[in-house]
Amino acid sequence: MVLLKNGTVETDLYTDVSSADKLPEKGAILVSLTQWQDQGDALTKRLDALGIVLQSDEKPEHIANDLAHFDVIALEFPTFNDGRAYSYARLLRERYNYQGELRAVGDVLLEQLHFMHRVGFNSFNIQSKNAIKDWEVAAADISIWYQPSSDNRTPVIKLRHDN
Amino acid sequence: MYRYDEFDARLVTERVEQFRRQAQRRLSGELTEDQFKPLRLMNGLYLQLHAYMMRINIPYGALSSKQMRQLAHIARTYDKGYGHFTTRQNIQYNWIQLKNVPDALADLAAVEMHGIQSSGNCIRNTTSDQYAGVARDELEDPRVYCEIIRQWSTLHPEFSFLPRKFKIAVTGSPNDRAAVKLHDIGLRMHQNEQGKTGFEVIVGGGQGRTPFVGKTIRDWLAPEHLLSYLEAILRVYNLDGRRDNKYKARIKILVHQIGTDEFRRLVDTEWQQIKDGALNLPQSEIDRINAYFTPPAYAQIDDETESLNEQRTQNPAFDAWVQANLAEHKVSGYSIVNISLKSPKLPPGDVTAVQMDALADLADEYSFSELRVNHRQNLVLADVPQKDLLSLWTKLIELDLATPNIGLISDIIACPGLDYCALANARSIPLAQEIHQRFQDIDKVHDIGELTINISGCMNACGHHHVGHIGILGVDKRGKEFYQFTLGGSSDQNASLGDRTGKGFPADEAVNAVEKILNTYIMVRNDGERFLETYRRVGMKPFKEALYGSA
Repeated sequence: MVLLKNGTVETDLYTDVSSADKLPEKGAILVSLTQWQDQGDALTKRLDALGIVLQSDEKPEHIANDLAHFDVIALEFPTFNDGRAYSYARLLRERYNYQGELRAVGDVLLEQLHFMHRVGFNSFNIQSKNAIKDWEVAAADISIWYQPSSDNRTPVIKLRHDN
Repeated sequence: MYRYDEFDARLVTERVEQFRRQAQRRLSGELTEDQFKPLRLMNGLYLQLHAYMMRINIPYGALSSKQMRQLAHIARTYDKGYGHFTTRQNIQYNWIQLKNVPDALADLAAVEMHGIQSSGNCIRNTTSDQYAGVARDELEDPRVYCEIIRQWSTLHPEFSFLPRKFKIAVTGSPNDRAAVKLHDIGLRMHQNEQGKTGFEVIVGGGQGRTPFVGKTIRDWLAPEHLLSYLEAILRVYNLDGRRDNKYKARIKILVHQIGTDEFRRLVDTEWQQIKDGALNLPQSEIDRINAYFTPPAYAQIDDETESLNEQRTQNPAFDAWVQANLAEHKVSGYSIVNISLKSPKLPPGDVTAVQMDALADLADEYSFSELRVNHRQNLVLADVPQKDLLSLWTKLIELDLATPNIGLISDIIACPGLDYCALANARSIPLAQEIHQRFQDIDKVHDIGELTINISGCMNACGHHHVGHIGILGVDKRGKEFYQFTLGGSSDQNASLGDRTGKGFPADEAVNAVEKILNTYIMVRNDGERFLETYRRVGMKPFKEALYGSA
C-alpha cells in the first residue's frame, strides 16, 4: 500500500488510530468520527497533525463546523462500488470549502483515480507497484469533461462557448 | 440529428483506447475476471450464458443510415450476422469475443457511437419518443434536452457508482410514447400558465421486482435549471439510496420508503444550494444543440389522400400495413412509418445484417437518411413522403420487414429469456412466436385491435410485463416453466401496473390462456372499446372466471 499525493509517492506520516482504544500522546494521527465527537477537546490540544477518517455512512455534515481542526480528511470506500464518498468529497470542497488534504482510502481502484481526483481527492491509498506511472496513465486516459466538478478542469461547455 | 464535434469525438476515441488497454490486461491474465468486471461493465460488456454480450447506446433512438450500416458491419464481422434491438433504444450483440471488442468499439466510435454507461450502476442511455420532432401532437422537441442530458451524464465523476442503475426518459408530447412514468426520472415537457415550456419532473417509477408508477415532485421546471435539478436528485439518491440490498437499491424504493413529500424536500434543499451555479444552462447552449435538430428540407406537398386510398383499395395487404404501421406526421404529404421487428420468423427485436444494410438504403432513399429505434423494439422511418409509401412497402415485403402489426396482438415485447439470459427462469421468445402463430388471421387481429402483450422471462421484468395490457411473467416451478398473467398494465400518460390473474399456467397452456382472455374481452366489450378500456371498466372478474372457472 502506498500513499499517492498530488501525483507523487509520499511517506504516510499519519498513524490510523481510528480503531484503537487509547489515543497516543504524540505523532500525527487519523481518528474516527466517534473519537472526534467524544474526545474533541483533548484532540485539539495535541500539537501534532490531526486527521479524521469518515466511513461511507458518515456524512461530512457531522464535521462541517470543525474543518479547521483537520489537516487530513480520509473518506473510506468499503468496496469500490460504494460511491457515496464521491458526493462527500464534492460537498467538502464545494459546500464546506475544505482546503486541506482529502484522501481516498479502502477499496480504491486505479481506474477510479481520475473520477476521485475530479471530485476533489488529492491523495490516495492504493495498491500499486508503480504508483506514479499508474497515476500518469489514469490522469491522461480521458481529457474531455462535460461536467463542472471540484477540480480545475474546464468543462466542454465552456470550451465551446468561450472561443 | 446531433453530430459529434471535436470534443465529443475525442472523448469516445480516448475511451476506446483506454478499454483496449484494459481488455489487453484481461487477455494476458494480468486481470482476473472479477477485477475486469467493473471495467467491462462501464463499457457495456456483459458476460452471458454462452458468450460476452456487447450493448451499444443509440441515444434517444436516433440512427443515421451510416450508423445503421456500421451496425450491420459489426454484426457481420464480430458477431453471428444479426443484432438485437432492446427496449431501451440500445442494440445488443450476443456472440461477441473479448479480443474483438476494442476493434468493434473503434469501428463504432468512427460513426459517433459507443457503449459507455450502457451497463453498471450509473446513468444509462437517455431515452425518448421515437416520433420526436415529427409527431403532430408534440409541443417541443425532446431530443435537444436528451442530448444535453447525455453529455452531462457521460463519465459524470460523482454519479458513476450509484446504488443501482439509473434511467432517464423525456417526452415532448402529451401522449407519452416514452413511458416516462416508468423511469427513475421521467421528464414531461409542457407549458406553464405563462406559455413557457418546461418540465414536469417525475421520480421513482420503474418495473423489476417491485414496480412503481413514478411520482411528480415538480410540476414545472425551467429548462435553464434542468441540470442543476437533475444533479440535486442524483445527489440525494447517491447519498441516501439503499446499498444493503441490490433489489431495494433503485430510487423508487427510496422515494417509496421516505415518501414523495420528504423526497421532494430533500431535493429542493439540495437544489437551493446549487441552483444558479455552474450547471445553469445558458440559452446559447440550448440554441447550439437545437440547431442540430433543424427539420429536414421537406417538400411543399399536400396529403396524398386520394391516390393513397386508391392504392389501398386495390391492395388489401398494403391497406392492412398502412392501417397498422403508419402514424400522423406534422408536415402535410408525409407519414411516419413504423417497421415491425415482430415477424414470426425472428425473435422480437432481432435484425440481420442484410436487413440492416437494406434499411440504411431505404432510409437514404425515402427518409432523409435517418432511422429511429423505439422502446417497443421496432424501427421507424420518420419522414416518408406519402407518394412513396407503396414503393417502400413493396421493398419492405422483400426484406420480411412489412409485418402489419404495430400496436396489435403480435407486436410483443419480449426479453431474451432463458434462450440467452443467465438470470431468466423461463423462455420468452418461443412463447411470443407461439402467440404470433396462433393469431394469424388478419381480420381477427384487427377485431382484437390495440393490444400490448409483454413477456418477461423472470421477475426482473426486462420484458415490461407489469405494463403490458396483458403481461406474462415466466417463473420456474420445480424445474418447469410456468407463466403468470397480469391484466390492465399500461406505460402511457395514464400509466398503470397490471393485476395478477391468479396462479400461473404451464408452458403448453400459456397460449390457450391468452386466447381465453381475448375471447372474454370480445364477449364483454362495448362497441369500439379497446382491451385496456374494457378491463378498466369491468375489472378482473370475468377474465378470472374464463381462466380458472367460477369457483
